[in-house]
Amino acid sequence: MAVLNIKVQEVFNEPACDKNQAKGEKERKKGCTKQLVPGAAAGGCAFDGAKIALQPIIDVAHIVHGPIACEGNGWDNRGSKSSGSLLYRTGFTTDISENDIIYGGEKRLYKAIREVIEKYDPPAVFVYQTCVTALIGDEIEAVCKAAKEKFNKPIIPINVPGFVGSKNLGNKLAGEALLDYVIGTEEPETTTPYDINIIGEYNLAGEMWQIKPLLDHLGIRVLACISGDARYHEVASSHRAKAAMMVCSKAMINVARKMEERYAIPFFEGSFYGISDTSDSLRQIAKLLVQRGAPEDLLSRTEILIRREEARAWERLNGYRKRFEGKRVLLITGGVKSWSVVSALQEVGLEIVGTSVKKSTDEDKERVKELMGEDAHMFDDLPPREMYKMLKEARADIMLSGGRSQFVALKAKMPWLDINQERHQAYAGYEGMVTLVQEIDKALYNPIWEQVRKDAPWQ
Amino acid sequence: MAIVSTSKKACTVNPLKMSQPMGGALAFMGLANCMPVLHGSQGCTAFGLVLFVRHFREAIPLQTTAMNEVTTIMGGMDNIEQALLNINKRAQPEIIGLCTTGLTETRSEDIHGDLKLIRQRHPELAKLPIVFVDTPDFKDAFQDGWSKTVARIIEELATKTTEAIPGQVNLLPGSHLTAADIEEIMEMIEAFGLTAVVLPDLSGSLDGHIPEQFTPTTLGGTTVDEVRSMGSSLATLAIGQQMERAALELEMRTGVSYTVFDRLTGLDANDRFLMTLSGLSGRPVPLKYRRQRSQLVDAMLDGHFYFGGKKVAIGAEPDLLWSLGTLMSELGCEIAAAVTTTYSPQLEKMPCAEVLIGDLEDLELRAKDCDLLVTHSHGRQASERLGIPLFRAGLPCFDRLGANHRLSVGYRGTRDLIFQIGNVFLEHSHENAPDSWPLPEANDEPATQAQTV
Ligand code: SF4
Repeated sequence: MAVLNIKVQEVFNEPACDKNQAKGEKERKKGCTKQLVPGAAAGGCAFDGAKIALQPIIDVAHIVHGPIACEGNGWDNRGSKSSGSLLYRTGFTTDISENDIIYGGEKRLYKAIREVIEKYDPPAVFVYQTCVTALIGDEIEAVCKAAKEKFNKPIIPINVPGFVGSKNLGNKLAGEALLDYVIGTEEPETTTPYDINIIGEYNLAGEMWQIKPLLDHLGIRVLACISGDARYHEVASSHRAKAAMMVCSKAMINVARKMEERYAIPFFEGSFYGISDTSDSLRQIAKLLVQRGAPEDLLSRTEILIRREEARAWERLNGYRKRFEGKRVLLITGGVKSWSVVSALQEVGLEIVGTSVKKSTDEDKERVKELMGEDAHMFDDLPPREMYKMLKEARADIMLSGGRSQFVALKAKMPWLDINQERHQAYAGYEGMVTLVQEIDKALYNPIWEQVRKDAPWQ
Repeated sequence: MAIVSTSKKACTVNPLKMSQPMGGALAFMGLANCMPVLHGSQGCTAFGLVLFVRHFREAIPLQTTAMNEVTTIMGGMDNIEQALLNINKRAQPEIIGLCTTGLTETRSEDIHGDLKLIRQRHPELAKLPIVFVDTPDFKDAFQDGWSKTVARIIEELATKTTEAIPGQVNLLPGSHLTAADIEEIMEMIEAFGLTAVVLPDLSGSLDGHIPEQFTPTTLGGTTVDEVRSMGSSLATLAIGQQMERAALELEMRTGVSYTVFDRLTGLDANDRFLMTLSGLSGRPVPLKYRRQRSQLVDAMLDGHFYFGGKKVAIGAEPDLLWSLGTLMSELGCEIAAAVTTTYSPQLEKMPCAEVLIGDLEDLELRAKDCDLLVTHSHGRQASERLGIPLFRAGLPCFDRLGANHRLSVGYRGTRDLIFQIGNVFLEHSHENAPDSWPLPEANDEPATQAQTV
């Protein structure tokens, strides 16, 4: 436990997190986890966050050490796609019983690792610690070490009992585990001047595959995506990349920064959501690679591709401008938001009437004002009741949010689109932006709205 | 008759089972204006929310006492207290249901005592019923959490009365029944001029209705007053073996006697149910059920061709396993594999050789040459790997619409179920081909064989 506490502190002190560095010494110690309010809390635990971050590694067996709750209630429920092994979708758990609580669960865990190796022979096993097994003092690091020596395979402890904090903290602890036990432990077969890592991308709904053709076209190789559609070997040998891109908020910034520190892999923060962000990210990748010795023509080839793909995207998007005239969007999403998506939506004629700023920094809030004008509504926390009222009173025509608030919109008989983790559509890159706009159009113009909003004839 | 065994593996692979507090929380969701709370860390509640939202496609009320490492070690009373106060203030529920989790059960707490203290300190909670249930994750399964919770609700709320409410019966549906099932059973009860208090009533709360306002608690379901009136009923009808515990609790507290119906799927089972209702009401079985019975008989006649001799693998909680397994076996199927989540006396009576308390890996291994796989949505991977069709049954069902509206009780529901499963058999029926009947390989060289003799 003591080791874990140190890790948690360390992660909270992340120097590359400007949000964190803006805080005072004392505040920073407390980290990003706010004290939760019993009876009014929402959100996943650290274990959940670690699983989200690592489960996309497709050929690894992910064993959850704990009672049935942690894995049994939620396995195989993520949208990360694989182009190969499906082992990551198999739910492994020690499903500990009362006896294990009394006598300790370490032996069961060790046997579980053996069973999994005998039956499934994965290149590596990840073992996740959870609340109950942490509380009874099971040392997963020790078990993993013994198993590693015995079975001669990487057995990686992911020490993330849910109660240490939020999903976000779990993401970071997952990253730490990769840094401590995985990255740099194997060598790639070959390297090229065009090798990059993409960090913090989980290939939800296959979004990596909206980006990969662009990179392929430029001859850029993704040495490792951490962790969407990744093989263990790719992550283990990712320290040989020439450059890295860190996507999706700050979830895995520790990985990007420490890889820069340890292996001199420069990185930038970018996003593949929205047209201009996609282009910027491609430019940045090319720039970093050229700085690291890739031939200069990469830059011009990138510009040509960008020009062509942007034009192709806008050509398809412009058709929606008329249909979107006067349509108002309520954008509720927990922090993971790309300004470039907002500006692209505005560009096609949608008006953003409100947005959540719960996890945003002051700087972010300034951006909102800049983009949406002074009277854009910014909500710190929009309770469902208010959300419902807003929609019911038709102060917005569509809500884009996560699954949690789905029924607030639907019960108000309002169009809704899933833009969070559980979504089934891929919204990355130029293709993704076109898909997003198509989906918004489909939702807005579905013929059901007229009928479902009508009162029953006897009312 | 089956031998019941428990899987000896150290590692559960592809869980069939879900945890007890989930079952408990769902039972609380069948109460009106209720806020279910998991006493544990926030993550457990988050997983529960996702699970139920994906199954019911509804907003789900579920809160947490938000325990962390320190509060777990120090004891959770402060968190329970704050949670109750916050929920009472923000959501104004009529009742709060508190289920413990593995975390809070590991360091066993005296929640009874805590609640007493909290009530003393906060007179504003005096009138608010708070029901708590022990549901550690490391014991038992979903179905147990459900049945324990119903028993606890009765223990807290049901009262002995001397006044009988004429024609009122109690209906205790097991966790394997859907909103459609409950509606169908109510209709059967009402057809005899009786009225039913249903506990818990998911057909009121999670049936997909469109509310006029947004409420943070459950909307629809059994009211606290209705539960209190259960002691004045004529009789209790418990559906599923799991509900005997609650029915017994009610009888002990109030004297209302009960009958357990092990299932309401199948011809015999419904005959017995309707005759019980007829006995209770003193009325004959209504005409419409006579017609429905003959429709079911006809469905069995039409369907048996496709069920006969088929090998089926079922993975489900005990009462669902029993309902589906016995029906399919009555139609001529062979139950080649049966896997379940927790012990129940019913299991030994299953019409198969073995019932295993295990996981979906166990089921997959045993289902190799079956014609049909029956389990919840998580069976989809096994179904694909084995190339065997999957008939989705049980919770969670996240990759099909209308999980809570599938009917499989009553004559009508049984009839429809026979059609649905029969159609899967029909769709995957085996077509004969020129190479369907090859001779055994040894016949290739009869001459040489003859010589060597
Ligand atoms: S909070 Fe703890 S017990 Fe609950 S799901 Fe997360 S790790 Fe498991």
